[in-house]
Amino acid sequence: MASTFGRRWGTASWSLSAVVAALLVVVPVGMLAASILRPSPDVWSQQWRTRLPGELVSTAILLSGVAVGAVLLGTGLAWLVSAYEFRGARTFGWMLILPFAMPSYILGFLTLSTFGRTGPIQDTWRSWFGRDAWFPEVESLTGAIVAFTLVLYPYVYLLARAALRDQAAGAYHAARTLGAGPTEAARRVVLPLVRPAIAAGAAVVMMETLTDFATVQYFGVDTVSVGVFRIWNGTYDRNAASEIATLVLAFALIAIGLERIGRGRARFGQSGGAAAGIERRMLTGWRSWAATAVCGGVVVAAFAGPVVQLTIWAVREQTGDRGTPLLDQYPGYLWHSLQLVFYTVLICTVVAVAVANARRFGGRRSTQLASRAIAVGYAVPGPVVGIGVILTMVAVDRGLEAIGLDLPGFVATGSLLVLVYAYTVRFLAPGLSAVESGVGQVPEEMTASARTLGAAPLETARRVHLPLAKASLFSAAVLVGVDALKELPIVLLLRPLGFDTLPVWVFNLASESRYQQAALPALSIIVVALIPVFLLSRRLDGASR
Amino acid sequence: MNSISRPFRFGAVALGAALVATACSGSDGEMLHVYSGRHYDIEKAFELYEEETGVNIEFLTGNDAALRERIEAEGEDTEADAYITVDAGNLATAAADGLFQPLESEILQSAIPTELSDPDGYWYALTIRARTIVYNSDLLDESEVPTTYEELAEPEWQGRICLRNSTNVYQQSLVASLIANLGEDEALRIVEGWAANAEILSNDVLILESLADGLCEVGITNHYYLGRMLEEDPDFPVDLVWADQDGRGVHVNISGGGVTTYSKQPELARQFLEWLATDGQDVLVSANHEYPANPSVPPEPLITSEFGTDFVRDPLDAATFGALNADAVRLMDEAGYG
Repeated sequence: MASTFGRRWGTASWSLSAVVAALLVVVPVGMLAASILRPSPDVWSQQWRTRLPGELVSTAILLSGVAVGAVLLGTGLAWLVSAYEFRGARTFGWMLILPFAMPSYILGFLTLSTFGRTGPIQDTWRSWFGRDAWFPEVESLTGAIVAFTLVLYPYVYLLARAALRDQAAGAYHAARTLGAGPTEAARRVVLPLVRPAIAAGAAVVMMETLTDFATVQYFGVDTVSVGVFRIWNGTYDRNAASEIATLVLAFALIAIGLERIGRGRARFGQSGGAAAGIERRMLTGWRSWAATAVCGGVVVAAFAGPVVQLTIWAVREQTGDRGTPLLDQYPGYLWHSLQLVFYTVLICTVVAVAVANARRFGGRRSTQLASRAIAVGYAVPGPVVGIGVILTMVAVDRGLEAIGLDLPGFVATGSLLVLVYAYTVRFLAPGLSAVESGVGQVPEEMTASARTLGAAPLETARRVHLPLAKASLFSAAVLVGVDALKELPIVLLLRPLGFDTLPVWVFNLASESRYQQAALPALSIIVVALIPVFLLSRRLDGASR
Repeated sequence: MNSISRPFRFGAVALGAALVATACSGSDGEMLHVYSGRHYDIEKAFELYEEETGVNIEFLTGNDAALRERIEAEGEDTEADAYITVDAGNLATAAADGLFQPLESEILQSAIPTELSDPDGYWYALTIRARTIVYNSDLLDESEVPTTYEELAEPEWQGRICLRNSTNVYQQSLVASLIANLGEDEALRIVEGWAANAEILSNDVLILESLADGLCEVGITNHYYLGRMLEEDPDFPVDLVWADQDGRGVHVNISGGGVTTYSKQPELARQFLEWLATDGQDVLVSANHEYPANPSVPPEPLITSEFGTDFVRDPLDAATFGALNADAVRLMDEAGYG
C-alpha cells in the first residue's frame, strides 16, 4: 500500500516538474496572447486592408523556400559525405557544420555589401556591361531565401548525418545485400528512416526564419515579424503588435504540424550496438570533382568567404585611424557573452533532462503535452519573448509585494536571472528535442529492467539514461549555447545595466550602418561559436570512424 | 560522464564566484544611470562628463521603443535616471505615458530652442539631424535638382529616386511633418507619388552608395550620413541641397532626452542633461557630424564647410511631429509605401 502510494507520488512529481517547466515557458507567451482579449479592431482592419496580405504571402514563401532549400542542401550534403568517398570528403564532413556558427544577421549584411546593388561584384558587372545590365536582384525574397538557407542548412545536415549513421546504416547494408541498387536502397530504405530527423531539422529552420525580423529587412522582405516590429516601434502600440504577433505563432503551429506529418509514423529508436556508418563508395572522375566543388562552394559561400571579408574589414579598421569604438571594453563583452551562454546552457540542459526523463517516469499525457508546449517559446520572435518576460516578472513582483515580500526592483527586469530566464523560454525547445531524442533512443525495456532491479527513477535517469544519451546531451548544449551566443533582441531588452555582450556591440555599430567597424565584434562571435561547433563536429566524425 | 562533469563543475564554480565578485564590486562616487537609444560615440560624452564632474555614468543602449517599454514596466523600481533617444515620437510617447518628470531648468530653457523641446519641459532635444535631398553631382547639375519633398512625387522622377523604407523612424518623422504641415490628404498624395517613383532601400548609407553608383539620381537621407561618406572619401560624388528653402524649410528630426519620473537622483540627472545641452554639445555631436541643438554651439568643421550652417529649418514642433508618428506609419501603409 505504502509502496503504491510512493510510486504514484513519484509519477506525480515527475509529471509536475514537466508541467512546471512548460508553464515557465508558456506564461510569458500567454501574457501576449492575452492581448487578444483586448482586441484592436481598427489596427486589424487597417492592416488587413494594407500590408498584412502581402506580409502573409511573403512569410509563407520565405518559410517554404528556406525549408525546402535547407532540407535539400542539408540532406543532400549529409548523404554525399556519409555515403561517398571523394577528394576532401572527410574534411568537408566537419567543415559543412561551420556555417552554424554564423549569425544570420551577419551573413545578411555581408551578402548585401558584397553582392548587393552597390557592392563590388555588381560594381564590376556594371563597369563591364553598362549601368542597366541585368543582374539577379539580391535585395529580394530570393536573396533572403538563399542567405537563410546557407546559414540554417546545418541544422538539417547535423540531424540527418547523425540519423544516417545511427539509424540507417544497418538497414542500408541489408537492402544492398538483398540486391537493391544504391539509389533504390537510399530512396526506399534510408529516406524513410531519416525522415524524422529531416523533419525535425526543417522545423527548427522554419522557426529560426519565422522569428527573424532583422535579416529580412536587409533584403527588403516584408514579413509578419517585420510588421509586428513596425507597429510596435512606429505606432507605439504594444497591444496591437502583440495581437499581430499571434499570427507568427499561427505560422509556427503550422510548421510544427508539418513536422508531425513529415515525421510520419517513424520513431527514433536504435536497434542496439554502435552503428558503423554507411560504407562509403568511391566516386571517380568528374563525379568526384563535382562533389568536391559542391561541398567547397557551400563552405566558401556560407562560411569561408564571409569570414575572409570580415577579417579584411577588421584588419583595415584596426590599422586605420578610426578603429573600432570601445575596443578597450572587449574583454568585458566577451566575458558577459560567455557567462550568458554558460548559464543558459546549464539551465536549459538541466530542465531538458528533467522533462525528457519525466516522459519516461511521469504521466504519459501530461508530460507529452508539457513537452509540446515548451516548443512554443522557440516559435516567438525574441522581442516578443522579452516583453512577455518583463510583463510576467512585473506581475510576479506585484504579487509578491501584495503578500509583503518586496523584491529589489531591478530583479524584475534588468537582472541576469531574468535574462537567463528569457533565454530559457526561447531556447529550451531545441535543447529539449535533442535530449528527448537521446533519451528516447534508450529502449523502454532497459528502463524497465533498471526499475525492476530496484533503482529509483532518479537513479535510473542518472545511471542508465544519461550515460546512454551523453551524445545528445552534448548536442543539446551546443545547439542552445550557439543560439544563446548569437541571440540579440532579448539581450538588448533585458540585460542589466553595463552588461553588454558581443552581439550588443555589433548591434550598436550596425544599427548606425557602421558595418565595417562591426567586423571585429562580428568575427569574435563567429570565433567563439566555432569552439563548440568544432567539438561537435569532431564528435560526429570520431563516432563515425 | 564523470570525465566531463568534473571540469564542468569546476568551471561552474569558478564562473559563479567571478559573477558574485563582479556583482559586488561597487564603485565610489556618484553614479548616474542612463538608458540610451543613441549608440555611436555617446560613451565619449559620458567619459568626458566623468572627468569633468566625477559623476560616473553607467548606460544601457538599445532599441528606442524597447527601452521606453522597459522604463514603463520597471515603474517605480526603474534604475534609469535619464532616457535618451533618437526619436521624437518615442519622447512624445514617453511623456504622454508619464515616464518623464518636468524639468525646471533655466539652463535647458535658454540653451535649447522651444520648438525643439516639450512645451511642458518633459524632454529636450540635444542634437538635430536634417533629413534633406541628396543627389549624384556627376549626373545632375544643382539647378536640376528638385528642391522640395513634394517635387519628388512628380511623375518626372519615376525610376530616378531612392528612398528609405517605412520601418525607419527618420522617414516616419519626415512623413509626420508632411501630415502636420500639409494635412493628411496632401501627405497621402505625396507619399503615393514617392511609392510610385522610388526604389525603397533599407538604410541611408545604401541610398548614398546607390546615388554614387548612378543607380538613382536623387534621394532623401539624414545629412550626417553624407558627412560620414565625405569624411572617408572627399571625392564622394554626392551632394546635398537644403530642402524647401523658399518654403517652410528642411525637416529636422532630433535626438533628445529627459529625466525619468522615478529617478532616484533627479537633480544629478538634470545637471547631466544641462551639461549635454551646453558644454557637452560638442563631444556629443562631432563624431557623428550632427548639428548641435544649442544654437550658440558651432557645428564641427566638416559639415560647416561642406554643408554650411545657414539654412532654413522647418519650425514645426518636435512634439507635434512626434505625436503624429503613428499616423505617419499608417499613412505609409495606406499609400503602399514599402
